[in-house]
Amino acid sequence: MDRLALAGLIIIFTLFVVAVFDGFLAGNKPIVVRWNGGLYFPVLFRYNELEGVETVNLQQGSRKGDFALYPPLSYAPNESDLLTVLSPPSISHPFGTDDRGRDVLSRMIHGTRISLSIGFIAVGIAALIGILLGGLSGFYGGKVDFIVSRLFEIMMTFPVFFLILTILAFRDPSIYNIMIVIGATGWTGIARLVRGDFLKLRNYGFVEAAIALGGSDFRIMLRHMLPNALAPVLVAATFGIAGAILVESALSFLGFGVPPPTPSWGDVLSQSKRYVDFAWWLVLFPGGAIFLTVTSFNLVGEGFRNAIDPKIR
Amino acid sequence: MLDYILKRLLLLIPTLFGITVITFLVIQLAPGNPVERKIQIEQGVKAEAITKEIIEQTKKLYGLDKPIYIRYWIWLKQIFTLDFGLSYKDHRPVIKKIAERLPVTLSLNIISILLVYIMAIPLGVLSAVKQGSLSDRLITFSLFALYSIPSFWLAMVLIFFLGGGDFWDVFPVYGIISPGVDDYPIYAKALNFLWHITLPVVCLTYGDLAYLSRYQKGSLLEVLREDFVRTARSKGLPESKVILRHALRNSLIPIITLVAAILPAMIGGSVIIESIFSIPGIGQLGFESILSRDYPVIMAISTLTAFLTLIGILISDIIYVLVDPRISFEGRR
Repeated sequence: MDRLALAGLIIIFTLFVVAVFDGFLAGNKPIVVRWNGGLYFPVLFRYNELEGVETVNLQQGSRKGDFALYPPLSYAPNESDLLTVLSPPSISHPFGTDDRGRDVLSRMIHGTRISLSIGFIAVGIAALIGILLGGLSGFYGGKVDFIVSRLFEIMMTFPVFFLILTILAFRDPSIYNIMIVIGATGWTGIARLVRGDFLKLRNYGFVEAAIALGGSDFRIMLRHMLPNALAPVLVAATFGIAGAILVESALSFLGFGVPPPTPSWGDVLSQSKRYVDFAWWLVLFPGGAIFLTVTSFNLVGEGFRNAIDPKIR
Repeated sequence: MLDYILKRLLLLIPTLFGITVITFLVIQLAPGNPVERKIQIEQGVKAEAITKEIIEQTKKLYGLDKPIYIRYWIWLKQIFTLDFGLSYKDHRPVIKKIAERLPVTLSLNIISILLVYIMAIPLGVLSAVKQGSLSDRLITFSLFALYSIPSFWLAMVLIFFLGGGDFWDVFPVYGIISPGVDDYPIYAKALNFLWHITLPVVCLTYGDLAYLSRYQKGSLLEVLREDFVRTARSKGLPESKVILRHALRNSLIPIITLVAAILPAMIGGSVIIESIFSIPGIGQLGFESILSRDYPVIMAISTLTAFLTLIGILISDIIYVLVDPRISFEGRR
């Protein structure tokens, strides 16, 4: 399983690189241009200064030594070409095009950043809420624990996906709202782990010593107890990222995701609903990307779990 | 025993209160009020063009002119008699609309749960008994991969390759029964139904299958380490008897009680799968209600699901304690 976890880690790292350097991999702006003796990096900055220069001229150059280096895939995610609507994969469009003639691979490359950032930030929010509520209820017990336990129960019994859909239908589904809603509904697993650990740690000698030394509750929880309870949180968070990416793509698929024309994997996939009789490339590629990403995070989570608790093996 | 049940029942009250408050708040604080929407739908005019008078009248009709806490109180009183009000869309009682859709969703999910258990338990047992072997690793890995497949993606892939179009045309991808099937004999009707629900049931089943068989494996491995299993082995029982008679039974308890816990996730899954396959069940009703802001229906579905799950968890906890005398009532919250 460890070798698989490593493979998952490598895939995640690759996805990160793709997400950070999306403009260098796919887009219609050149990466580097030498024009009239000046050097430009249009993907990053100084694009406006080249406004008005025809693309053809840019490629041929105006004087000797001019050049333009384009990304390997020279289509922007929102660049539509009505002549190539719904064309199957070919050399110029490796993953085909969608119903507006936009390049699917380019949309997927640019959608990577959306999926990963929603995954990470949503889980970050969930972890914050989970650690706070779980920690408080484990440390103080009694009334606090009673209230937090009821909150657990409420979240556990709710059809969470239905709730997320409802909220996003009423609020505008911006990327921030999606992160917040997924995070605010996904904290129970982490909270439960932290609560259990804090309950146990509360009776340990070093915590009692810290209390006896007069440390404030906040300091004891943050400096002494939390570091000892973080490992399982890391495991749960890794699985959580996989779950959040799944939820985000399901939302986009149903039309409640990031608003168009922002590219996202679920959005490409949702287009396939209208062309179910032939456009297989709209299904296989984005779905494959979601699957690969989710599997990778799950594998890494599994690896973490085995590492901190060899008993489960 | 009675004390325990009574205590648990009392604990239901704050939880139920929280559930209803959350549903109510989420929906009531949403922008875009249902009155304008309602008039828009009925008269086909823009919200701006509506006179104040009509808005006030409609508000009064639905009781939306009162402050929010009073509306909550009225709604709460009603749902205790299972009266979820009238649907904004077609003025029919919400509970009736749900009751109509329930059988379809229930039958799909019950079939799916049965399939999950029938397959998950043997798979889990096999991979626990042959831990570390090639077959265990194969099962574990393929279930792991299954677990990561988005259900809506699998649904689309199945529709693409098995539902007509440029590829094979094996299964229907729309509805649960062919039109005009009423005159068929009963077995043909049943076959037609099964043929229609095959793909949706596959999509509803595989995720829980992966989850449960992992759980079964873990549970059996835990039991196999216990003393009584060693005793059974050392008194010379054949391995099959040790596992099937002694270990398996104990490992099944936590698995069976999981049924209640997967209920909310099933409703969520039904929303996606039913809208993809156009199945007239609760999930589709929920999705349509969200799209048309049919508040009473949304509230009813969320509240009923949460309520049923709560009762389910309570019952499974009680069963848990009844079948396993090692667990005392005192130890559990």
